[in-house]
Amino acid sequence: MKRALLGFVVGMTVCLSLTWFAGENPFHVLSVLFKSAFGSWDDLALTLFYTTSLIFTGLSVSIAFHAGLFNIGAEGQLNIATVVTTGVGLFFTFWFPPTHVAVALIYSVASVLAGLLAGGFWGFLPGYFKVKRDAHEVILTMMLNFVAAGLAASFVTNNQNPNSQNPESSPVSPLMSWQPWDPLHKLAPDTPFNISFLFAVAAALILGVLLYKSRWGFEIRSTGLNEEAAQMNSIPAPKVKILAMCLAGLFAGGVALNEIFGAHMKYRLGFSPEYGFIGIAVALLARNHPWAILLSAFLFGALQKGAGDLDLETNAITRDFAKVMQAILILSVSSFSLWKGKKK
Amino acid sequence: MIEELLLSTLRLSTPLVFAALGGLFSERSGVIQIGLEGMMLVGALAAASATTFTGSPWTGVLAGASVGMIWALIYAFFVLKIKADQIISATALNLLAFGLCPFFTKIVFDSTGATPSIPFEQRLGSEFMWMAFALVIITSLLLRYTRFGLWIQFAGESPSALQSAGVSVGLVRSISLACTGALAGLGGASLSISLASSYAPNMTAGRGFMALAALIFGAWRPLPTFAACLLFAFVDAAQIRLQGSATFIPVQVVQILPYLVTIVALVGFFGHQRVPKGLGKHV
Repeated sequence: MKRALLGFVVGMTVCLSLTWFAGENPFHVLSVLFKSAFGSWDDLALTLFYTTSLIFTGLSVSIAFHAGLFNIGAEGQLNIATVVTTGVGLFFTFWFPPTHVAVALIYSVASVLAGLLAGGFWGFLPGYFKVKRDAHEVILTMMLNFVAAGLAASFVTNNQNPNSQNPESSPVSPLMSWQPWDPLHKLAPDTPFNISFLFAVAAALILGVLLYKSRWGFEIRSTGLNEEAAQMNSIPAPKVKILAMCLAGLFAGGVALNEIFGAHMKYRLGFSPEYGFIGIAVALLARNHPWAILLSAFLFGALQKGAGDLDLETNAITRDFAKVMQAILILSVSSFSLWKGKKK
Repeated sequence: MIEELLLSTLRLSTPLVFAALGGLFSERSGVIQIGLEGMMLVGALAAASATTFTGSPWTGVLAGASVGMIWALIYAFFVLKIKADQIISATALNLLAFGLCPFFTKIVFDSTGATPSIPFEQRLGSEFMWMAFALVIITSLLLRYTRFGLWIQFAGESPSALQSAGVSVGLVRSISLACTGALAGLGGASLSISLASSYAPNMTAGRGFMALAALIFGAWRPLPTFAACLLFAFVDAAQIRLQGSATFIPVQVVQILPYLVTIVALVGFFGHQRVPKGLGKHV
């Protein structure tokens, strides 16, 4: 962890030097980043909103890593999950309009479950084909990302919100929203911050216990560490791998909670600033430990929030600079983590 | 109609062929290569910028190839020198390309993504296509009949054997990666100064990954890989045609056809596989 943090610091330094190259004052950039992420109560809440989604995708990437697979498909999985959640929600809204809050709550839970299952299925596909046909999971998940994006775009075209100029679906019934009873949302009512944050934290805590303390977690980790040895000890490695990918998809699908019923109630095309790819950086910085993911998701959530404001506060730096920072941090953190292995 | 379709297949196959050949150099020498996408993207941007500045597409070709090569050498530094994880490093470099390109266009052209449009007479026509086809044959011969080709194959199949013969595996792999970068950069250049008239954000649209899929589908051999590229390009050409004519299918669904075919190719017809034995292994 110490080395990973050192890598983080070095990476940040490189990123800030790059902004100097673009004619900006690095200290100014740093202060904008900092102020934007933690400057006010609402800023912090928005940072935590990003953090929530990043916890989910970070967990998704890390559980696949634990089983020895590389899931760059979290983006597609969360897209499909969000589309299906919205779709099922819209189905209820139009055909069985909720009249009572309790019914609406059941509807929303059903929609979320459908979304999570869809995300799980989107993870199952590459897992299954990896095991059964030895197909390259990286290419498969990448292609599935594009397929998911295409499906999402056609979903939005078919369900375009008539009251909006933006490409987004019609909203689901407002009765289904969680915001009226959401205690976390009441803390920062002007932001999309919501109770999904608690679900994400709980998911990370539980996954941490399961991975390191349960037989099931042991099976996943030993499959990832040495598949042959695991199979010698009658751990069904292929099944474990498929299961891990299903779970990866399921966790990525958690983003739907945060996005739909927690906050926006509709599918907005391009809502994700590539949570799935940032999830890789999150998992890497946390060295795949679910508890550490909480912290690293917060760091990357802050970076994401801060980069959005760099767009406004500086001349040369755009929102895309977040990607540069993530990439450099992935490289420096993974290199520095390795350095430790060598010295030992 | 059919003629037109075949012609556009050949044109669209060009970037894929370049990138897939690039991937071949890397993977046959034992280095996993999922970073083609990023190399293509920086190559496309470099080629379009250089052409815009000098007015000559050939400087664009040169710039695309050299920047792609530099990008690949950065990758080589991380995976061969530091021995960082190959898949993670390549993913990071892809991400870096996606972030740096808009950063660059903002500073140089003060635009949020695209470069200025290149006039038709400054663009290349079929030159890229012939170059790509020639390179398929050259690569095929190089691998089989030259000493360096054999070194590449040994670096990929049995690096320790190559090492004990007194040849530096790291050097062979670095040179292979340089070729990879140059080829993928050319693939990007063919996108931005031949198929299109400027660099546009995310213009590679997953072609780097499709090229890798074609390489796997083609069992890591030049000619079958070339055939796989043609197949994927044909689907792409058909898809573009369908978008124009068939209005009963939503455009977005038609657009995912190439990706679906890639998935089916990877999953469905993956019978007898010949993965380079030393792929991803350090000496």
